[in-house]
Amino acid sequence: MKAKFLVPLALFVLLAGFLAYGLTLNPREVPSPLVDKPAPAFSLARLDQPDQRLDLEQMRGKVWLLNVWASWCVACRQEHPFLVELSRRDIVPIIGLNYKEVRGDGEIDARGMALDAETALAVQRARGWLQAHGDPYTWSVLDIDGRVGIDYGVYGVPETFLIDRNGVIRYKHIGPIHDAVFRDVLLPKIEELTRAG
Amino acid sequence: MIPELGHFALILALVLSLVQAIVPMVGAHRNRMALMAVGRPAAQGQLVFIVIAFVCLTWAFIESDFSVRLAATNSHTDTPLIYKITGVWGNHEGSLLLWAMSLSMWTVAVTVFSRNLPEAFMARVLGVLGWISAGFISFTLVTSNPFERLLPGAEQGRDLNPLLQDPGMIIHPPLLYMGYVGFSVAFAFAIAALLTGRLDAAWARWSRPWTIVAWVFLTAGIAVGSGWAYYELGWGGWWFWDPVENASFMPWLLGTALIHSLAVTEKRGAFRSWTVLLAIGTFSLSLLGTFLVRSGVITSVHAFATDPTRGLYILALLVLVIGVSLVLFAWRAPKLAGGGSFGLVSREASLLGNNVLLAVACAAVLLGTLYPLFLDALNMGKISVGAPYFEATFVPLMTPVVILMMIGPFVRWKGDDGGRIMRKLALTGLVSVVLGIAIAFAIGHVSVRTVLGLALAAWVVLGSMQLLRSRLAERPGVAGMVRLRGIPSAWWGMWLAHLGVGVFVIGVTMVGSLNADLDVKMSEGQTAELAGYTFTFRGATERAGPNYDAATAIVDVDRNGRQIATLTPEKRIYRAQRMPMTESSIDVGPFRDIYLSLGEQVESGAWVVSIHYRPFILWVWLGCVLMGLGGIFAACDRRYRRLAERTAPATAANAKQAG
Repeated sequence: MKAKFLVPLALFVLLAGFLAYGLTLNPREVPSPLVDKPAPAFSLARLDQPDQRLDLEQMRGKVWLLNVWASWCVACRQEHPFLVELSRRDIVPIIGLNYKEVRGDGEIDARGMALDAETALAVQRARGWLQAHGDPYTWSVLDIDGRVGIDYGVYGVPETFLIDRNGVIRYKHIGPIHDAVFRDVLLPKIEELTRAG
Repeated sequence: MIPELGHFALILALVLSLVQAIVPMVGAHRNRMALMAVGRPAAQGQLVFIVIAFVCLTWAFIESDFSVRLAATNSHTDTPLIYKITGVWGNHEGSLLLWAMSLSMWTVAVTVFSRNLPEAFMARVLGVLGWISAGFISFTLVTSNPFERLLPGAEQGRDLNPLLQDPGMIIHPPLLYMGYVGFSVAFAFAIAALLTGRLDAAWARWSRPWTIVAWVFLTAGIAVGSGWAYYELGWGGWWFWDPVENASFMPWLLGTALIHSLAVTEKRGAFRSWTVLLAIGTFSLSLLGTFLVRSGVITSVHAFATDPTRGLYILALLVLVIGVSLVLFAWRAPKLAGGGSFGLVSREASLLGNNVLLAVACAAVLLGTLYPLFLDALNMGKISVGAPYFEATFVPLMTPVVILMMIGPFVRWKGDDGGRIMRKLALTGLVSVVLGIAIAFAIGHVSVRTVLGLALAAWVVLGSMQLLRSRLAERPGVAGMVRLRGIPSAWWGMWLAHLGVGVFVIGVTMVGSLNADLDVKMSEGQTAELAGYTFTFRGATERAGPNYDAATAIVDVDRNGRQIATLTPEKRIYRAQRMPMTESSIDVGPFRDIYLSLGEQVESGAWVVSIHYRPFILWVWLGCVLMGLGGIFAACDRRYRRLAERTAPATAANAKQAG
């Protein structure tokens, strides 16, 4: 067996190694520059009582999840049953950031809509959706114009941030959360952060 | 009940594929006729059962049986019948079934059309194809069962992705798959030849028509896919160097090299190990393409649902098929040295040069496609590789290919006089360069790329004319028509395909040099100008389609005060998925396309209209058509049929000898 005839095989083995490793990677995952940085401050109207606001400061001292969602987001529907189930297990509080509920929806033309009217429509739609699918959130807040979303670097819904007691973002998950991601990635981090006290 | 019947038929097909994979192989090894003879009926029975499975699945779509998960997620009661049927393969599971069915059709075609192959050789070919088939059918059954039930059934389906509700989508996947899968025949011939150690001119002659037919399907599939992207995506682009496009382009490049290499092996007995390696490589790239598309390792616009177990299964299949064949290659190929020697200036040398260039071009595309994955795996960051990389590497590699392509046919086998060739082609070359520069000035776009493209196109067209003339001059004193008819079909195939490359280069160069785009806000009565055409917006109306609602804009196109077309681009919202789609409207012409797509409505009565001017874009596909036609002519050559008949007694003698 001459060595040069083994070259194609060697190249292929190398390639197959990369492909196998590639299966474990997620090409859609873009590392967030916000990880290990303080979470951007926000103060937004609460969905249950729009005249009250929720500040980032109020969550200080807790390990919690910030889940970006909207009723028009199809993938949110996919992760939602899992979030509802998670909230029943009482492991970690989940705050919902309702992102561009009205103007993010391609079917609605929100241009020229007054902010009051848009907020009212957003509240109605978001509440209706949570009634229909279950409400896993300790609180949901309304990011009507998506400005907080920009601060958090949201570019696809759903996204989920893990934030520690000092208000520092520890992890960002893009796309729907499912059981495997939570068990293998988020839960160990949550336990570690809770213990770290 | 019917879906279960389909599921059961698919399981039976798997059993038959295993029989086909094992029994004839054992028979060939032990030289037992009775065992070898099992291959044919097993392959034919397998096709029957796969067709039954396919029909059952199609039935679930047509009848809107939404208790079948696949139908529920890819169909809708309002979907037009034709898209209910094409929806069967507009998804992962169904397209795998189509893959398996194409493979089975090719296998049966081999049993029917290659009856004159020696029995032991045929048994091994069928055995190899049986293994591939078993791999894919089991992949379908284990990880992607298309007949999976949804209980309780859905009230209504989610409809087929609107992007795929298009005539192009009806034929693009079947053509592409026939091409991809067709290379499995060349692969099986190569493996069977490695197993028997019989890699000779006869083997190359048997492989050639199969390889060419698969190549024709792949060429057509890629061309239709590119045409579909052109008019359906609404950007006016025709090739995006997307990973999935590259996945089909890589086997095409290597398949092109294989066709030429087979010619040398058949005529001169040279390049044997190289040809075998190309046959293995071409099919391997088809498999790799399937892996890239199905596993989600690479991001692409063709985002099918991905699932890690599927990726793992198909990677295992890939490693098994390619790994085993490369081990076999490393073991057997060293014994294949030899073949006729040839000089530096010879037909062989020019074909070898082109072969190497095509293989390097293919490697460059592979590198660009997988580079993001390599970097990510080595933790060196996330990047994406775009068109600039591919254009920068591809153009310099293909330029010598096109130049050599026209020299090769003038050069004699074994060895030729370099000076003779120079004298013959110097004038043509000079005229081509002058023409390239002159036309670039005439169209007012002088750049390196334009001059290069036009000069190459002129070189191909002029060279082709010269080649035809010198071919006709070979038999002086015979009437012109007789001389024309005396030229074998295979020669015409070569000539047409090469001419097609020239036509293709004209299209690419012109559209790359002179295209123009304009995005403009228009309300009723307003006009816009682009490339000498005047566009007048006549307003937009609403209409309801079978499964969508549409806003249709009416735009008049004028040139020099004379109306030449009324275009009606649409914005559609497909009801089931609430997905907006732009439906472009194109005035197709031989020298230019006027391409309109409708953007957003910005205010009441005012819309954003995208206007694209695409000169000579039709020539891109015309070139592909000529290449495909060339392939058909080459495959239809009488020689293959005659030789098949002639080899029959000889192979019978071989079989006796082997016994």
